[in-house]
Amino acid sequence: MMKVFLLYPDRDFDPKQPLPPNVDDLTQDLALNILLQAMAQGDKFLFQVARQVLFSSLDDIAPILYRQAILKDCLRHPQIIREIYQIPLEFQERKRKRWLWVSPRHSSPSSILSSARELLEASLDLLRRLRAIADQNVHTFESQGFRRFFTMIQQELDDEYLDLVEQHVQQLRFPQGILLSAQLGKGNEGSGYFLCYPNDAGQHWLQRLFASRSPSYSYTLAPRDDAGARVLGELRDLGLARAANTVAQAAEHVESFFNVLQWELAFYVASINLYEQLMVLGEPITFPQPTFANERRFSCTGLYDITLALTMQSPVVGNDISADGKSLIVITGPNRGGKTVFLRSVGLAQLMMQCGMFVPAEAFQANLASGLFTHFVREEDRTMKKGKFGEELDRMSRIVDHLVPNALLLLNESFSSTNEREGSEIARQIISALLRKRIKVCYVTHLYEFARSCYGEEVLFLRAERLPNGEHTFKVKEAEPLETSHGIDLYRKVFEIEGSR
Amino acid sequence: MVSLSVLNGKNGSHVEATCQPDFFSDLNLDRVIDAITASKQEYNLQPIFWTPLRDVQTIRHRQEVFQDLENEPVMQAVKQFAEGMSVMRRYLNMVERLDFDYHRKGWFLEATLVYCSTVAALARQLESLPLRSHGLSAFREYLTHYIRSSEYRSLAAEGEQVKSALAEVRYCVMIESGKFRVKRYEGEADYSPQIENIFRKFKQNDVQDYLARFPERNGMSHIEAIILDFVSRLYPEPFAALDHFYAEHNPFIDETIQAFDREIQFYVAYLDFIAGLKSHGLPFCYPQVSATSKAIYVRGGFDLALAHARRSNPSTIVLNDFSLNGTERILVITGPNQGGKTTFARMFGQLHYLAALGCPIPGQEAALFVPDRIFTHFERMEDIQNLRGRLEDDLMRMHDALIHATPNSIFIVNEAFSSTTAKDALFLSKEIMNRLMVLDVLGVWVTFLDELASLSEKTVSMVAAVNPDEPTQRTFKIVRKPADGLAYALSLARKYGLTYEQLQERIP
Repeated sequence: MMKVFLLYPDRDFDPKQPLPPNVDDLTQDLALNILLQAMAQGDKFLFQVARQVLFSSLDDIAPILYRQAILKDCLRHPQIIREIYQIPLEFQERKRKRWLWVSPRHSSPSSILSSARELLEASLDLLRRLRAIADQNVHTFESQGFRRFFTMIQQELDDEYLDLVEQHVQQLRFPQGILLSAQLGKGNEGSGYFLCYPNDAGQHWLQRLFASRSPSYSYTLAPRDDAGARVLGELRDLGLARAANTVAQAAEHVESFFNVLQWELAFYVASINLYEQLMVLGEPITFPQPTFANERRFSCTGLYDITLALTMQSPVVGNDISADGKSLIVITGPNRGGKTVFLRSVGLAQLMMQCGMFVPAEAFQANLASGLFTHFVREEDRTMKKGKFGEELDRMSRIVDHLVPNALLLLNESFSSTNEREGSEIARQIISALLRKRIKVCYVTHLYEFARSCYGEEVLFLRAERLPNGEHTFKVKEAEPLETSHGIDLYRKVFEIEGSR
Repeated sequence: MVSLSVLNGKNGSHVEATCQPDFFSDLNLDRVIDAITASKQEYNLQPIFWTPLRDVQTIRHRQEVFQDLENEPVMQAVKQFAEGMSVMRRYLNMVERLDFDYHRKGWFLEATLVYCSTVAALARQLESLPLRSHGLSAFREYLTHYIRSSEYRSLAAEGEQVKSALAEVRYCVMIESGKFRVKRYEGEADYSPQIENIFRKFKQNDVQDYLARFPERNGMSHIEAIILDFVSRLYPEPFAALDHFYAEHNPFIDETIQAFDREIQFYVAYLDFIAGLKSHGLPFCYPQVSATSKAIYVRGGFDLALAHARRSNPSTIVLNDFSLNGTERILVITGPNQGGKTTFARMFGQLHYLAALGCPIPGQEAALFVPDRIFTHFERMEDIQNLRGRLEDDLMRMHDALIHATPNSIFIVNEAFSSTTAKDALFLSKEIMNRLMVLDVLGVWVTFLDELASLSEKTVSMVAAVNPDEPTQRTFKIVRKPADGLAYALSLARKYGLTYEQLQERIP
């Protein structure tokens, strides 16, 4: 079977599979459009595919490694990948230029049949081109995925088969008339029409004339019988309906093969695009090591926020964290100190790892997450009827609807839109319940009372670094929360605003 | 012939109402009945739903039929029957409009075939099923006789013969431009499967179906008629048999079966409607009914219209209880806005009305009174211009209702006199309430006036309850207790299900 299987070892990627319910939140909170735009390079299709694959996280280690191997091949042979990617593009180009498409199902079978035939005709040399690439590269690629793909092309599209296809494409023009067979259906209406091979198909017309002993009745339409001619056309269509369906489906099969090929390769083409940009910026990448979801792993060297690097168009600060065995990471520290950037880099790395991509770091290891969720403070939601705190809780509650054990939840200043005592109490209840349910949590917070209430083996405290001279390094380091940081800053800030009025 | 009605039993046919009762829209019963009958337009069932029963006998007759139909195999048998009859009617309608003889007779034949197999299938299936209701067992008996009649048997046997002879006919049409030829079929091979084989390997997933669907034709063109004529000349015998069959068996439908076909749909439509709700765990029950006792109760009742509107999320439907004993006659409902008071009042009316149709009612258990009439008094905003006008309209409607009411009527009053001052509203409400109590009617009165709740031993106070832990959260429970005008404060985390305990429950 002509299966592409470049995203999964044993199945197609389902482009229609629903994305997680929190796609919009993730996109906004992790600034994912910046990443996707870098992958797409202005190509809408690449954008859409990259987005779909990125959000369809894998929850097994094996398929992640499968994609990593393919992606490594791609990074080694970007030219060949783009050449293959050109084939489905060329097919689409021909369709557009020659106005080829299978007529929609409500068209007449005659027109479906002839349009489908032409589409098949246009695909023949592209299939031959794909065969040639497979012949040349089956041994130079190393990944299991590409080796299977090339071998499959060689086997399925051998010369004999390609010739047979060509022959039928010519036959489907029906140079002679059309012979239909039918039965009496309900109400004595003709039914079960199908297209026949005439029994005397091979014979000369004179032989046919004399051989026919079977009684028959014939009728010639009156010259002006337009209605009659239309009906005759309809009957012809009735007879051709099944054959037309078959040819149209065949054409669609060929087209869908090209589509799947384009779709699955697009993810790798987009990844190559991203890789090339990072190389220009001089930022490192690494292929991460995923571990089982029920473990608690998180360790990184030089983990940076890829969206920040892409926006700044320059290398950015990376973090070295080792949080193996930790279920709760609490990040505190001054504003604009790099807390959100770190939190975002954690989410991005997790997403990229779980779709089989490389990760923006020098080294990265983490356990798989059964779903990634973000709950970031939202300034713009103030106008909502519920009030800001209600909105926050409502959003949290909708996240809880989808939480399962081993999910990863990133909280950014959550529950801070009420006073600290209330916020801390609610945070305490929520976080302790989540930990109990084996949810992994990274929490950027100013809620000091809450932070102080967290303790134990599975908690790691990080703090945005501030040098004694007040300068921010934008790095986060392992450190206990400081009570003063937020309160004094805020007090000053508010006082300033008040005073300036 | 004995008149046999699965709707009304021995009491024969009721006169069906020609328009919906006045209170239908107040109780949202119009929506319920519309939804019930929406997919059953061809049976014109609404008049049956607009005609409540007064006699307990017939109500029980219907309850029995309903209970038989709740046995899934019985329901399946009846539904298959209905489908068959519906197909048959469509064919016969077509026959009336067709132009060509063999075309028309061909569809007539199809109609008889469907009719015979449909009737026989119902007879056969009912035979082996346990029936407790008088209504269905009487019909079964009738059907058994009918199936054995010579009238039915010749129709069925001859129809089959004619059909099988016609079905064997197979022919070829050779089409070139402007002409065609018809001959017998001589074993020519099918071309499509070959093509299919060659391209199968490209299949990625199921592709679009390009098979053209040709609409069922309700006419035959002259070309097809010519082809059919040629075919009848190539194969003359089966067509002669069809001529004979048509002459012998037109018309063929039995009247009692025809009546049953419509009337049984009253039951089917209702049970289908509640099936979705039942599958989500909402309870339905057969109430005890009485035309004399005003001691009533319901356990676990709910508003059917609301449940239908929330059918995608029926777990939000709250079940409520009520009872009236001894001298108690009127439930007075107070409590916070949006607390479920109006819903409760509607439910009270719906339950009584549905019970009087003989239907299973939305609730776990109930004993209900069969009223002679139901009066509702809901606020009508739309046609009222000013406050004074509205109050006047309120009073006029109330007056009108009291003229026609008897001790056997039911009153449902929802926020009457809210357009005037509290003092006036209290005065007017007390006056009307006293009249209702003198009349001894059953009823519900929804009000913001706590005082009404304790007027006399005939009134029972019920309150839209609030959760003591979370006063903003409406429980939609209406409970029997003194009116208290409770105040409430915020506890948002609980409202959003985010306390520690709630989260333990929510996360798997």
